[in-house]
Amino acid sequence: MKVRVRFFASLRELLGCSETSLDVPAGVTVGDIWSQATNGMAVSDNALAAINMEYASFDRQIVDGDEVAFFPPVSGG
Amino acid sequence: MYIEVRQAPFDPWQTLSEYQKDQFAGEGEYGATAIFVGTMRDVNEGDRVRSMTLEHYSGMTEAYLEKISQEAAQRWPILDSLVVHRVGDLAPSDPIVLVAVWSAHRAAAFDACRFLIEELKSQAPFWKKETLKSGTARWVEKNT
Repeated sequence: MKVRVRFFASLRELLGCSETSLDVPAGVTVGDIWSQATNGMAVSDNALAAINMEYASFDRQIVDGDEVAFFPPVSGG
Repeated sequence: MYIEVRQAPFDPWQTLSEYQKDQFAGEGEYGATAIFVGTMRDVNEGDRVRSMTLEHYSGMTEAYLEKISQEAAQRWPILDSLVVHRVGDLAPSDPIVLVAVWSAHRAAAFDACRFLIEELKSQAPFWKKETLKSGTARWVEKNT
């Protein structure tokens, strides 16, 4: 399945990547997507994830066509 | 109910008065208006700050602001609410965020306004990168 992966803020700068597209087998989780998109980088303690623009935990499974985003703690307002 | 994430600078007082004149949903019924305006400071964690860039996750941010606005309307008897948030480049004293809530009585307006700004700060996908007077740029990690 195809997945769109996005990175924001300090994570985007750290990885030098704002967006990529991955081909992954069925049943993969957000955590698997992280590993593949970052070439096995350890998940930082405070990294957050979203599936289709809603917060999601790293053990959530994704489905074909999902947009998965990773970002650091938010700092708006 | 109104939500806006905007690139261009804005004057919160003008935004409020225009909204109340043109789009406000509680005309005649409201007895209380609670307003929060967040402004950029020139000091953070002991360092002088020259400028700031605000980034957001377009789409998710708006959806989240919409969600908490609807939640506020369910939890409190409010008549209308407004959230406007800047992105892009900011200088000290620039308004960052405006939250306004209208209700018949003050308790609901205060509580819902507080709820909206606290939820926004803790969950809405915005990120600040500040440039210090020294020239160093850093991401804001602690959102006070």
